Amino acid sequence: MSNSPLTPGIAASRLPAEAYARNFSDHEPALDRHEARVAADRCYFCHDAPCITACPTSIDIPLFIRQIATGTPEAAATTIWSQNILGGICARVCPTETLCEEACVREAAEGKPVEIGQLQRFATDTAMAKGLHPFTRAAPTGKRVAVVGAGPAGLACAHRLALHGHEVVVFERRAKAGGLNEYGIASYKATGGFAQAEVEWLLQIGGIEVRTGVELGRDVSLEQLTAEFDAVFLGIGLTGVNALRAVGEDLAGVRNAVDFIAELRQAADLSQLPVGRDVVVIGGGMTAVDAAVQSKLLGAENVTIVYRRGQAKMSASSHEQDHAAQAGVRIIHNAAPVRVLGDGQAEAVEFAYTSEGETGLVLSPETFTLKADQVFKAIGQTLQGAPEGLAVAGGKLAGPAGKVWVGGDCAAGGEDLTVTAVAEGRDAAEAIHAALVQG
Amino acid sequence: MADLSSNFIGIKSPNPFWLASAPPTDKKYNVERAYEAGWGGVVWKTLGAEGPPIVNVNGPRYGAIWGADRRLLGLNNIELITDRPLEVNLREIKEVKRKWKDRALIISLMVPCEEDHWKAILKQIEDTEADGVELNFGCPHGMAERGMGSAVGQVPDYIEMVTRWVKQYSRMPCIVKLTPNVTSILPPAMAANRGGADAVSLINTIKSITNVDLDAFSPFPMIDGKGSHGGYCGPAVKPIALNMVAEIARHPETRGLPISGIGGVTTWRDAAEFMALGAGNVQVCTAAMTYGFKVVQEMISGLSQYLDEKQMALSDLVGRAVPNFVEWQHLNLNYVTKAQIDQDLCINCGRCYAACEDTSHQAIAMSPERIFTVKDEECVACNLCIDVCPVDSCITMRELPKGSTDPRTGRVVGDFADWTTHPNNPMAQAAE
Repeated sequence: MSNSPLTPGIAASRLPAEAYARNFSDHEPALDRHEARVAADRCYFCHDAPCITACPTSIDIPLFIRQIATGTPEAAATTIWSQNILGGICARVCPTETLCEEACVREAAEGKPVEIGQLQRFATDTAMAKGLHPFTRAAPTGKRVAVVGAGPAGLACAHRLALHGHEVVVFERRAKAGGLNEYGIASYKATGGFAQAEVEWLLQIGGIEVRTGVELGRDVSLEQLTAEFDAVFLGIGLTGVNALRAVGEDLAGVRNAVDFIAELRQAADLSQLPVGRDVVVIGGGMTAVDAAVQSKLLGAENVTIVYRRGQAKMSASSHEQDHAAQAGVRIIHNAAPVRVLGDGQAEAVEFAYTSEGETGLVLSPETFTLKADQVFKAIGQTLQGAPEGLAVAGGKLAGPAGKVWVGGDCAAGGEDLTVTAVAEGRDAAEAIHAALVQG
Repeated sequence: MADLSSNFIGIKSPNPFWLASAPPTDKKYNVERAYEAGWGGVVWKTLGAEGPPIVNVNGPRYGAIWGADRRLLGLNNIELITDRPLEVNLREIKEVKRKWKDRALIISLMVPCEEDHWKAILKQIEDTEADGVELNFGCPHGMAERGMGSAVGQVPDYIEMVTRWVKQYSRMPCIVKLTPNVTSILPPAMAANRGGADAVSLINTIKSITNVDLDAFSPFPMIDGKGSHGGYCGPAVKPIALNMVAEIARHPETRGLPISGIGGVTTWRDAAEFMALGAGNVQVCTAAMTYGFKVVQEMISGLSQYLDEKQMALSDLVGRAVPNFVEWQHLNLNYVTKAQIDQDLCINCGRCYAACEDTSHQAIAMSPERIFTVKDEECVACNLCIDVCPVDSCITMRELPKGSTDPRTGRVVGDFADWTTHPNNPMAQAAE
């Protein structure tokens, strides 16, 4: 260890070598068989269960939990995957505390929901460890579909299309498939290379070709795709990042949180990843929390999330906020950045307190300054590089048009969650299938 | 997915899961919803003779036993046979069967033990195109006091007589539903067999009082301060039902008589166990009443997975465990095992010690550091420590290899030898 958390500036190796493995291990270890049986036993098998309604992919949760309870986690996995082919990663990254587990009747009754996410992980992990892929393709239809973006929406769409017998080519701009599962979520939520393992597992269906390093608008155009394929699905995500629009934003040390997270996810040796001594993350969503917590785990001395509105408005769930607080991250609400201070390199950020006015956020003349040698911007992503001519509504692709379908974060409707992207990809595949079969 | 389609005495259904004759099957609305949920067959709630409909109590019909987390373990009921007019039931049965041709639909019957009554009702139901009849000789409450239900099932001669009438006046397959409220299930089963029954179904409910209200001093379910015995069912009765099914399956006189297994079937595993002990299919009630009709989906997926993993057909499962259900005298007395405690799994609760030291063979030692170990020289392998251990697989049985010496008895473990040849048995036959 050459450095410490106290080393000034942005530096690598702030921690002893062994600390990295510990810090970035599974933050919620999997249930063992006995724990899963006990957890499953708590499910009441509710009628028309609220948890199913709360799940964007409508997984039959009571049924899969009962299948775990009766010793058939493999059947449980089939129940999960038939609705959500990325049930493995969703079990890890879904904000279950605001979805199925919030709806669980035991949450209302006791404040202790059935551990649905953990049980889903138990089922899918068990079945994947056995090499099960309980789906077989329908007879070939002779139809070809292009899927742009190998994120959750694209992968879910591709699998469902392949299942129906169509030939699918997935175009991915990055080097690996997986989208935000591979590049976007905190490392400790998907340890052991799970995102890639799940992609490989998903591709076992057959009939899906993945072409990485191909970017829409750069290497291939929508016109080419619509000409060559019977249908096109766009699951291109939100690749633009909102700017702070504050003075000093271009100083060294100020960067996009998503880029930091992607770099961290791809780092072969986390000890070699530099991080600031004083890190300030600006934003209030999951990306902000993931960047802040991981900064802390890399050895930053002080990490602060600053969000311009009140706690209730933060899109990171209270569970995520608690997780950040437990990791030693400080969260400041109701403060907006005014300027980044520094000479070539960021040294501090000046914030103004805010209040909710009738016409929007009002900046108070009262300000404060936080030391910051590294500043992460996590104030939302935007649609970027969408092909010309597609209708945009509220900054997102509005909906299907002609031979083109859309889904995932780039598309209007639904929250920007992995599970929502899976649902939209799956449903688009069904719509494409219906159109192709009809046509 | 394994093929679960079932052919029980010529009655076909897409799976071997039927709803038993009971409250869930008393009208078209329920039965159709059950079929929609995936049930392979339904035995329509028992019809009675024509005339003024049956009357039920207007207070609680059910009593229950629960686990600590309100898991329903046993249910008892004092509901009588259908209280709907006969013609309404018959019309609905006909409508349902016409619409659901691939599902089994059986009519349960209970009329007084007079030939004319049976002749009349059989004539009336023939028109429904139902797949068969089930004779309710089982219900132990209410109807039994009127000379029907278990009052018939407890008298083998009556069973035989009525079964003969049914076979004489009807071409429909006939299932005789037996009561467990007998000292031995064999005479009733044999009587049904002699009478020409195509199958027996068992068990019906067990006479029971679930609990007593200690303020009102009345058994439960309590109707205006008084209670009556009910019929017990649900997971709690399964062990009793399994034994009765297996006894019929293995007895030379009843072996091969098709059995529809009933009694606490809640999961695919319960169903598989009934079938392994000789049941050709199973009937379910309490699980549906507890969890709704959808519960069958787990039974279907689970049984299918099990058969796939075993690479067995459904028919291979039926009766597979029957040859291994033997009388005590045929158990191998040279099968010697010793308990062993996995110290890595042990949580040092001491329950095994309390059980063994206080109530069994003083075969577990406890050290001052709360380390529990088995004393092989005392262990008779009774299994009680395993049964009370809260940790799965922490205590297991280790078989002593042939030729080794049992430290408890000082005897060498030899080849198979049972009581029939044991020197202590005055009736022992010398080995030839």
